[in-house]
Amino acid sequence: MTALINLVYLICVSLFIVGLQRLSSPKTASSGNLIAALGMGLGILIALLAPMESGDGNYLFIVGALVLGGGIGLLVAGKVLMTKMPEMVSLFNGLGGACALLISIAELLNFHDVKIFQLAPYLTTLVALVIGSIAFTGSLVAYGKLSGSIKDSWKLPRANMVNIILLLTLIVASAYQLQMLDTMELVYLIMILSLIYGITFVLNVGGADMPVIISILNALTGVSAALAGIIYDNMIMLMGGILVGSSGGILTILMCQAMNRSIFNVLAGDFGGAGGSVAQVGDQSVKEVNIMDAGIMLRYSTNVVIVPGYGMAVAQAQKICKELEDLLEEVEVNVRYAIHPVAGRMPGHMNVLLAEADVDYAKLLDLEDANKFLKETDVTIVVGANDVVNPSALDDPGSPIFGMPILDILKGKHVIVLKRGMSSGYSGIENPLFFHDKTSMLFGDAKKSLNSLLDELKTIV
Amino acid sequence: MDLIIQILTNQLTILFALIMAVFLGFELISKVPTVLHTPLMSGANAISGVIIIGSIVLVRSSGSEDYVSLGLGSLAILLGTINVVGGHAVTNRMLQMFRKK
Repeated sequence: MTALINLVYLICVSLFIVGLQRLSSPKTASSGNLIAALGMGLGILIALLAPMESGDGNYLFIVGALVLGGGIGLLVAGKVLMTKMPEMVSLFNGLGGACALLISIAELLNFHDVKIFQLAPYLTTLVALVIGSIAFTGSLVAYGKLSGSIKDSWKLPRANMVNIILLLTLIVASAYQLQMLDTMELVYLIMILSLIYGITFVLNVGGADMPVIISILNALTGVSAALAGIIYDNMIMLMGGILVGSSGGILTILMCQAMNRSIFNVLAGDFGGAGGSVAQVGDQSVKEVNIMDAGIMLRYSTNVVIVPGYGMAVAQAQKICKELEDLLEEVEVNVRYAIHPVAGRMPGHMNVLLAEADVDYAKLLDLEDANKFLKETDVTIVVGANDVVNPSALDDPGSPIFGMPILDILKGKHVIVLKRGMSSGYSGIENPLFFHDKTSMLFGDAKKSLNSLLDELKTIV
Repeated sequence: MDLIIQILTNQLTILFALIMAVFLGFELISKVPTVLHTPLMSGANAISGVIIIGSIVLVRSSGSEDYVSLGLGSLAILLGTINVVGGHAVTNRMLQMFRKK
């Protein structure tokens, strides 16, 4: 029987691996997700059915919680707007962390009369508790930041110092706990310290860096699942958790590379805000364009590029972008979308939104292709993007984002920026693009502006 | 020091599996295009919900009078299931949009 169960677990792990592999290519991604889900379902089934030496089963509780949780999960997943996806992933991840926290506490309570040979499992459980707690509160803070309920300006003074002190206290407390195994007081203190650390760890990271943080927290949840796998001597938890941990780790690194920053730089959170090159702005003026002129510019272009950013998501303007594209393509204007790797609040965020609006996959250009195409572009429309088109990254060594690869839209002939007002980007850095000769501003809600642009174009096409 | 030796001797197989899985994870993800980062993160997040299996084992192995374990375990199952089911469902929704073309 044990052999059979282990065999099924092996199949589950293989399904996870194949699922993850298929998730990393556009054509197979959809089946990859289903394959991974199948592995999960099979694993849960085995966990329910495998014979057990002790315990009362308690199936009423288990099935009740499974049905209730599944229902809530399906309901929330079906309802959430595509624009809210990053928040959603963050929240789900927090629940995973909470799950690790609860199990670890329950297991620590069940340790009685710890013998020396149980020291390793005890320590493993303690570490799972710490990591689960950090992932839990960290994800909630990330959720709050992304949904706007936690303001980016709420910073903790001397955060690095606070974080180091918290970490040191955590280590010391854990070392003490290993000396006095049968009491729980210190365990609760360790849990509370970890929960606080989760908050302070994420709070000072800039809102624009939340995707990186979510990826790190996701990896942490994976690691806590793997540790729980060691506790229960369960291969599927161990392998599944480690796969997520390592893939989350590499994804974090890839994202940092896309922004040309180190992971420490992201975590230190001193990005943006009081950047060096902010002061000089005040006396520069911007040029505005009216709808009619903008319409004519677009109508008589050969190549038009749309650069979407988080503003497009906020205004829900992706469908209008598609309508604009259709109209322009009818009169043989080439329309492409330039997608920066970190546009929006999450890598690939824009791709999801544009796919939702039925934009052809082949029209989405990545950074490299976009920068080639931009040389032959007549008009670039920036829809709520900011930092990813900030030319300071190329020519201002004093700028906090200097060195980050950007969409070099000034290579084209004209730029139209759709923007609500003159506020700076999510990272709080001033953008000289708005004051450039080639740039015209079209102020207002992105969706409204695009709608009037569409109406204008219909009259002249 | 005893602790480290203890871990090394008792968990050697696990340690091997662990190291392999780390490299496997790196390999699987290192070539992924940016367009898939969001669904991938969301899918990986759903997989990390595998910890739910631990909570099921916990509740199953508890005595029916052990209300602390039952309470903590059931809550863990509830939250874990939301993570797993919601995560896979939301990933599926995103990927369906890519597949339409």
